[in-house]
Order: sequence, then C-alpha cells, then structure tokens
Amino acid sequence: MADIFDAYALADAWDEMFERPGEVRTAYEPVLAALQPIEPSELRFRADQMARSFTDRGVTYAFAGEERPWPLDLVPRILDALEWDLIQRGVSQRVRALEAYLADAYGPARAFEDGVVPWRLLLNSPHFHRAAHGVEPPGGVRIHVAGIDLVRDEAGDFRVLEDNVRVPSGVSYVIENRRAMTRIFPSLFAEQHVLPVDGYCHRLLAALRAAAPDGTQDPRVVVLTPGPSNAAYFEHALLARLMGVQLVEGHDLLCRNNRVWMRTTRGEVPVHVVYRRLDDDFLDPLHCRPDSVIGCPGILSAAMAGNVTLANAVGNGIADDKLLYTFVPDLIRYYLSEEPILPNVESFRPDEPGQLEAVLDQIDQLVIKPVDGAGGQGIVIGPKVDAKTLERTREAVIADPRGFIAQRPVALSTSPTLAGDRMAPRHIDLRPFAVNDGNDVWVLPGGLTRVALQEGNLIVNSSQGGGSKDTWVLAEGPAASPAPLSAGEPLDVAPRQLGPDGTPTVVQEGAQQQ
Amino acid sequence: MNDVILSRIAEALTWTGRYVERADATGRILDAYLHRMLEDPWRDENVACRSLYAILGMEAGGERVDMQQVLDQLAFDSRSTGSIEGALGAARLNARSAREAVSSEMWECLNSTWHALEDQRLAARRTGPYAYLELVRRRAALFFGLADSTMSRDDSWRFVVLGRSLERVDMTVRLLAVRVLDAPHAPDWPTLLSASGADEAYARVYGGFGDTPRVAEFLLLDRDFPRSALHALTTAEECLSALGRPRQDPARRPIGRMRTRLEYLDSQALEDQLPLLLRDLQQSCMASADAVAERFFPYQGPVEWAQEGA
Repeated sequence: MADIFDAYALADAWDEMFERPGEVRTAYEPVLAALQPIEPSELRFRADQMARSFTDRGVTYAFAGEERPWPLDLVPRILDALEWDLIQRGVSQRVRALEAYLADAYGPARAFEDGVVPWRLLLNSPHFHRAAHGVEPPGGVRIHVAGIDLVRDEAGDFRVLEDNVRVPSGVSYVIENRRAMTRIFPSLFAEQHVLPVDGYCHRLLAALRAAAPDGTQDPRVVVLTPGPSNAAYFEHALLARLMGVQLVEGHDLLCRNNRVWMRTTRGEVPVHVVYRRLDDDFLDPLHCRPDSVIGCPGILSAAMAGNVTLANAVGNGIADDKLLYTFVPDLIRYYLSEEPILPNVESFRPDEPGQLEAVLDQIDQLVIKPVDGAGGQGIVIGPKVDAKTLERTREAVIADPRGFIAQRPVALSTSPTLAGDRMAPRHIDLRPFAVNDGNDVWVLPGGLTRVALQEGNLIVNSSQGGGSKDTWVLAEGPAASPAPLSAGEPLDVAPRQLGPDGTPTVVQEGAQQQ
Repeated sequence: MNDVILSRIAEALTWTGRYVERADATGRILDAYLHRMLEDPWRDENVACRSLYAILGMEAGGERVDMQQVLDQLAFDSRSTGSIEGALGAARLNARSAREAVSSEMWECLNSTWHALEDQRLAARRTGPYAYLELVRRRAALFFGLADSTMSRDDSWRFVVLGRSLERVDMTVRLLAVRVLDAPHAPDWPTLLSASGADEAYARVYGGFGDTPRVAEFLLLDRDFPRSALHALTTAEECLSALGRPRQDPARRPIGRMRTRLEYLDSQALEDQLPLLLRDLQQSCMASADAVAERFFPYQGPVEWAQEGA
C-alpha cells in the first residue's frame, strides 16, 4: 500500500508534525494514525469534495481575477495546551500594549516625552489622524479586533511577525475551515478534544455592543462593507449573518446632525456601532478621499462627536506600522511593566543612526519590508533575489530609510501538506484573532494557519496563492461533558405515533367498527 | 436585532423572488412547448417558436426561428434577465448582496444551481434540454421551499414572496394573452395548462381538457391553485398589507382592486372580458411594483453633500 508520507523529507526548518524523520510529535499521533492508511486517491477525492462544497457555498476568494474555492489543506495544524497558553497570553499582552500606545499617542503622548519612541514615528506616519486626537472612545477601546501574525522559527519558538489592528481579516475562514474539517474527518474530531471556534461572533457582538456610545439603551450594531466586489465580502457577510446584524454599504447610511442613520423599509433607523471593514481612507469622503463613493460622508464627524463608535477606531494604523512593530517589546515593558511573552523577529531600523549602514552591508542576508506594505507586497528576501533587484532595493532604502525595516530571515516552520498525491513540507504561519471588549482581551482558540503552497516559498498570503489549514487547539485533559439541558426531573416525552403501521385503511375502518 | 431591513436589501430580496420565479416559469413554458412539438409532427416549428417569443415579450426577428435559437436566447443567454440563465444569475447576484438577510441554505441553493447550470447546458446540446429544464424547476422549488422553511415570517420573507407573486401573475397573464390576442400561433390549452404546471390540478377539478373558458377561468380565478392569478394576487396583497402602514397604500391599492374584481367576476362573462382583463392585470402589477419601489427602496442617488455641516 502506498504511504502518503513515504517521500516526506524534512525541510531545513522546524517541522510541526515530525521531530525527526519518522518520529512524530505526540500531539500529532492520532492525526498521523488517521491519515496514514488513507490512499492518495481517497485523499484527493476528499479534497475535491471539499473544494466543491466551498464553491457551492460561495466560500471563495479572488485569485488572479478568478473566483476559486478556498484552499484548505486536509492536514490540520495542531497546538497543544501549553503552546496555546503561551500564544494566548502573548497575543493578549501585545494587544493591551498596543491599546495603551494608541491611547497615549492620541492623548498625553507620555511615551514620546519619555523617549521610549521617537516623535517622528508618530508625526511621519501616514496613518496618524488628527481627527482621532483627543477622542476618548467608549471603554477606552480602539482595538476591538486584532490579528497578530506569528511564525515559528528554526528553534521552534513562536515570534511575532506583524500586528494587524486596522481591519484584520481571515476569521471567517477559521470558522469555515473547522466546519469543513468536521465534515471530512468526523471520527478524528470525536477522538480529539479540540477547542471550538464557533464562539467568535458571540464575543465579537458582545464587544461591539459594549463599545456603543455611553447612554445608548439598546445599541444597534452594523457591519460596513465596501460591497460584493470586495475580496473579503464573504467574510463581511458571514460575520453580519452570524451576529444577526445588518450588513450595510456606504450608501445605506446617512449622517444628519452628527448622527448616523440607515435607510430601511420602515424609515431611517439610528446606528450606534459600525464594525467597518474598509480602510480609514475610504470611510468618509468628506475627510479622506473625495473620489471614493464606498464610504459615508459625515461618519467621521459623528464619531468625533461621540454619537457613533467605529470599530476598529480611525487612526489605528499608527500602531501596526511595521516600524512601530520594532518598538513593541519596549512598549510592553513601558506600559505594562511586563516582559514580552512573544519575541519579535530580529529587526533593524534603517532610519536610526548607524543602522542604515548595517542594513546595507548585509542586505543580501536580510528581508527588506516596506513599512506600509500589505498582503506580502513589496517584500524583498535578500538571499533569494538577483543582484539587480538587490541594487534597486538598496537605492530605495537609501532614498527613504523611514519607509523600510529589515529583518533576519526566519525559516518558517513547515507542516505536511498535500502536494499532488503525496505529503510534502510547506511553510506556514499563524494569525490568531483577539477580541477586546474593554475588560478582557479574548483570543479565539486557534486562528488562521496559512500555507505557502509552493515548495520553499515563504509568502503565505492567499492573495499570493497561499493555502490554509484548520488550526486545532487541544484542550488540557479530557473535555468536560456538556451539562444536561435541564437538571432535575426527567422530561416527560410522549410516545411517538407510528402511523397506521402499514395496515390498509380499509382494515382500520373495520377496526373502528368494533 | 434584525427588526428592520435595509431598503437595498428589500429590493434585492424582491428581485431574487422575481428572478427565481421567472426562471421557473420560463422553464415550464419551454418544457411544455418542446414536449408539444415532439408529439405533434404537423406543428410548424417557426410558428410555435414565434409564439414562445411573444409570450415572453421578446423580439423574434424576421428570419425563421428554430428550437435551438429559442433555447440559446430564452434559456442559455446569461446576459439577458429574460432568459433562464440570466434570471438565475441575477437572482444569485441579488441574493449575494443580501447574504445576511437570506438564509445560507437559500444562498447555497442559488449558488450551487448557478455552478451546476454549465454542465447541464453542455449536456443539453447532446441530449436535449429536458434535464436542464428539470434542474431549473427543481432548484426553483427548492429555493422557495427553503425560503418557507428557513426564513422567519418577517419583512424579509414578505419581500421574497411579494416578488414571486408579482412575477407569477405576470407570467400567467402572458401565457393567456398570447392565446387570446395572438391567435395564429397560439398555444393550445393543454400546452398552456402544462406550461403553468396546472394540468394535473385542472384535471382534478374539471376532468378532461377542451373547454376554453374553463381553462382561462382556472388559471385566473381558481382560489386554491397557487399559480392562478387570483391566488398570486391574494398572496401579494397579504404581503403588502403586512408590510405597509398607510391606509391609501399606492402599492396595495391596484392589487387589491384587481383581486376583488377577480373574486366577483362572472365567469360566464369572462371570455368577452378577457383581453381587457389581462391588460388590466398586467398594468396593476406594474403599478404596484413601481409603488413598492418608490416607497420601500427609494433611489439612492449620488452622495448628498449638502447634509454635511448641519
């Protein structure tokens, strides 16, 4: 019998499933045992079934202008209870620190006065919004939802690669991946104690309602989307549906007297919390881009007047700037008086004295990232590009040192992934999602594991052809059995009526005559 | 929380209902005609096809038309909402833009139908369009069945049903109108009944075929048959009455008037009045649809800059 793991050769990186060739890590034992006996053709069949179901249900993404089924690999990524505890604490800590930084930057600016971060970091940032200055959001929350990108390095340590506190996306795929996996490998789930992910929308709605302007009795929450042509529209619709709130486009809203209303069949209805899924620049044509028609004119004034809460807050971009990223460990120490739980990837700031030279000297050994890039765009991996690209990058960095950071390349950990009809190691990362309701930063157990589907590739974004994996967080010890629906008296259930028992009507009539 | 619906969503829901009903009705009409043509070797294909175009209110052109051209234009043309594929595509896009208002199962039904159409279209080229038309009918039934079993009886559901009802009256009227107004290539009564999915229901009420006024009476006035004009009007009126508040509802009035007129119509006089009645029915539905649009989904024009700074 063909073994799909026969040809599995470990790459030059930490492998999630195998400690050494042929030696599986404990958490993965049941998964390997379940997968190994499956014939390649059977695996392919299940993968095709899944793709078809994604297509039918519209779980797709845009790749090269084409609607493709969401690429979910059949091998899950597993995190044991200890690993998850670390990640969960680390992510929450990071969000608390960034939240404190935003409050500071749009308020007293202590960190700048104290020299923890340089003023220019704030003043040069294209994401600094004067409009947000001095606005005290309800509950002090500016980051309602965060997605923190993590990688696991060669030594197996998790490191933060990037913070996303503007409009982090991908959580819908966490929910959909789980839904698909439980259907394809039901028995595997029955044996494992995987923490559920379906509580996300409940938490999100609670956090959004908690963020409503003070004094709002029954806050009305909406999700604001750029519309069906947006690549993440599927996600916007899913979140709105699971929360049971309206999914609005810019022209469904209108602002009057610094309040926001939506146009409904029963007239105009007030809106209190807008979970917006469009960038600051497109939110309000009056303040930002006058050429944009997807936003809602006046919504920023309404937010400034405190009549509507925007989640996430406008101006959060100053906190997920790739340059600020290099300061986050310092911010954690400064604001929280804690040591960072999750380290950064070793980074250089070309605009600091002496560092530009250091970066230029070893540019062929470093990863150069534009501080404003998104979706993996503009990243130059020094060891992998030709001399010409390197020279162009060198010139770009010299011309605008503030525009780039440099990082030591990390060989992201690998995980077995179906390639053709065999398993092969592919690089992965992890984006856990955190929801902040003002009292507590809750982290969804798991997160989105993205896979670089090409051999050796380190860029995992789905916009660049990446795939994904379901992420399982194993519960500590056996899962608690669910509580009975009602304690005490057993339910009095009437016996089922089984119909005329197949006897012809005529006989029944005869029976009645007796 | 979802006690109200956005105007844009209401419009999308209404059109979703309309388009699915249109695809269904068009599929039934095509099926009935094709069947008829196969069974009747003396029938002139060109004439029968022209009659189809007339029913669906589309231009046939001067050349001879054959069944393939009919199918290409009335079934497979994805660019025209007058064809099955175009209508289902438009229904899918509308449902997609209202995805948090329709249930997932309804959306998946439309989406998977859309994806399944291509295969069936290719198969139709080889083995004839029956499987294709059957798929359309089944999926339309599934869609409305899911609407009935997965949506709350709230305004969202009412807009879907309203759209379906208005379209249903329109299609029934179109079928009858050709019979009445355009005699040379009119469908015969059995074709007409089967194109309305009414052949068996009619047979159950009246027995055999053949009585012209009776068929018209059944398709227009039967209280119990869901595709009759009276039944569809009654449903539309119920939806509008639940949706609306004002006494003089310009959306409900034309429908209500037509409904009462049909309710008390002297069936003996039906045949004489038929042309006028059909015209009034169509106009009432159009007037009502216009009033619904004006009231519930007012045109959302360009951004109103003047509102700022207030």
